[in-house]
Amino acid sequence: MTINDIINPANLVYAKTKVMNDVPMHYCPGCSHGVVHKLIAEIIEEMDFQEKTIAIAPVGCAVFAYKYLDIDWQQAAHGRAPALATAVKRLLPDRLVFTYQGDGDLAAIGTAETIHAANRGENIAIIFINNGIYGMTGGQMAPTTLMGMKSSTSPNGRTVPLNGHPLDITKLLAQLDGTCYVTRQSVHTVGTVRKTKKAIRLAFENSMAGKGTSVVEIVSTCNSGWKMTPEASNDWMVENMFPVFPMGDLKNL
Amino acid sequence: MAKIKGAVVVNVERCKGCNLCVVACPSNVLALNKEANSKGYNYSAMVDADSCVGCAACALVCPDACITVYKVRI
Amino acid sequence: MNDTKKHNEEEVKLMKGNEAIAHAAIRCGCDGYFGYPITPQSEIMETMMELEPWNTTGMVVLQAESETASINMVYGAAGCGKKAMTSSSSPGISLMQEGLSYLAGAELPAVVVNVMRGGPGLGTIQPSQADYFQTVKGGGHGDYKLITLAPASVQEMADHTVLAFDLAFKYRVTAMVLADGIIGQMMEKVVLPPYQPRMTEAEIAERCPWATLGKPASRKPNVINSLQLLAEEMEEVNLRLQGRYREIEKNEVRYEEFQCEDAEYLVVAFGTMARVCQKAVEMARAEGIKVGLLRPITLYPFPVDRICHYSHTTKGMLTVEMNAGQMVEDVRLASCGRVPVEHFGRLGGIVPSPDEVLEALKTKIINR
Repeated sequence: MTINDIINPANLVYAKTKVMNDVPMHYCPGCSHGVVHKLIAEIIEEMDFQEKTIAIAPVGCAVFAYKYLDIDWQQAAHGRAPALATAVKRLLPDRLVFTYQGDGDLAAIGTAETIHAANRGENIAIIFINNGIYGMTGGQMAPTTLMGMKSSTSPNGRTVPLNGHPLDITKLLAQLDGTCYVTRQSVHTVGTVRKTKKAIRLAFENSMAGKGTSVVEIVSTCNSGWKMTPEASNDWMVENMFPVFPMGDLKNL
Repeated sequence: MAKIKGAVVVNVERCKGCNLCVVACPSNVLALNKEANSKGYNYSAMVDADSCVGCAACALVCPDACITVYKVRI
Repeated sequence: MNDTKKHNEEEVKLMKGNEAIAHAAIRCGCDGYFGYPITPQSEIMETMMELEPWNTTGMVVLQAESETASINMVYGAAGCGKKAMTSSSSPGISLMQEGLSYLAGAELPAVVVNVMRGGPGLGTIQPSQADYFQTVKGGGHGDYKLITLAPASVQEMADHTVLAFDLAFKYRVTAMVLADGIIGQMMEKVVLPPYQPRMTEAEIAERCPWATLGKPASRKPNVINSLQLLAEEMEEVNLRLQGRYREIEKNEVRYEEFQCEDAEYLVVAFGTMARVCQKAVEMARAEGIKVGLLRPITLYPFPVDRICHYSHTTKGMLTVEMNAGQMVEDVRLASCGRVPVEHFGRLGGIVPSPDEVLEALKTKIINR
């Protein structure tokens, strides 16, 4: 049997979902955003929700998410995605509404909108990409930048006297009565990709079941910002990010 | 005993040569090509096609959704 | 009175200007109100919460965590083609400027009410008109305009709320109802408009094909967005907006005149000040001084041509504003230096009296 015999539609086991279009993504090689985009697109296809989804894009690298997933999108001002999502979901309660936000967007400039949307228990899903850095603007310090971690605005490493502590906003969100599901995942291995997909699917299902706000944090890499190869970034993430932002469910009601 | 044979097709122009699929492959099927695509990326390609079992590990971790996977029992 | 009849008819009531806005919004089929309390306009949200329109028209009313969140909720709702509004007073409106700029950039229809109070800073809760510049000259970043309606009565608080939605959807812009603390707080008789049903989703899809309601197989994804990385594309968006603003300037100028036919002098005032000035004009006429009053109802688009006309027929103009002199600049621009144009105003929430206005007219214009 030749390779050409195997490469036959009848033998297909994995292909890019149609919800993700053919526009090449602008992300750097190896960026976690791409994997998460792909998972969201797959879930929307599997749930048959392409016609019923309104997604809210952030400011930051994922600002262009609307170019890649063939669903309706609204692009929010920096940090305001949960406010947009609140209104969209309240006015269109039978739609799937989720935000896609980075750590600068969600945990710094949008802290108030995030906490209050979650505290109201808005029936939305929040997909939170935490790579400890502002990627789009060129690698500045984020609220989730680790102690000692270098960035373009903490060139000698983050210190408490100068910069304060890293913010574990997911832990904060888990404390709120409005959240039903708060989990922290990653997408650096086959196993973690599968788990993250299950987590996002559950978050989407929760929002459609009216259970309240679901938050899926995905601890991610920014290999350009971190100035490492994609592979080394994954290793660095496991070694340095995971102890501060440990994997697993923080809340699952 | 049935044997599983797999094959992957990489969308050469979409691939950015990040190497994560190469790392993820349990059978060392993939490697970055010496040739570059039109954007200058050394794209991923099968170098040991016989070992592919179609597990789709490469495709799952691919950030650019550029891998299609096929599998057949023989 | 049975419910059907009640719903189809106008109703005459005595109420505050702020309350009239709430009633009118619900009656004109508003889909969502998102707000944050601030004096002197809190009655708008309080009235809506009291009326519970979610039980009748299905309208959503939500108290947000800030004005920033409110205006962004309006953005989210407007992006779905829904009739959405917020209201606030000066400091809160300052906080909304980011959202107003984004709404303009994304070409979304929205209604914002500003019941002005004195500033700068936390200022005072007394009435003011000091947000004229902020409203008609921008406020947020970028080249954009807000249709600005200046109500001078409780009746107009209701009427302008309905009109603001119509204009916002006609041009895909934000329409601002720019009132002040007096109009917001005072009680007058008001004829409330009959109920209009809220737009159905099919109607929205028809009327707002850009709205994000979920992508059917029949169309490409809709994206509500204000980001254009290419300069050429950004210019294209701006030129489209400017074209729309020229249309608005051509079609939507509104003003009211009082005793202007034979006027030798013109007083220009909006909102509460126009009411005070009407009395001053009557007093002047009693003294034999031929004065007329021009009340711009739309501050943007400004009645430029009308002012220009009077710059040929009068000997001088006085703008009377509860600020340090803001609209006076537009009156001067429109009159092209043909006649003296002066400003009279009080600050900090003090409302000039008709006597003060007449005195200012004499000293600043007639006997200058």
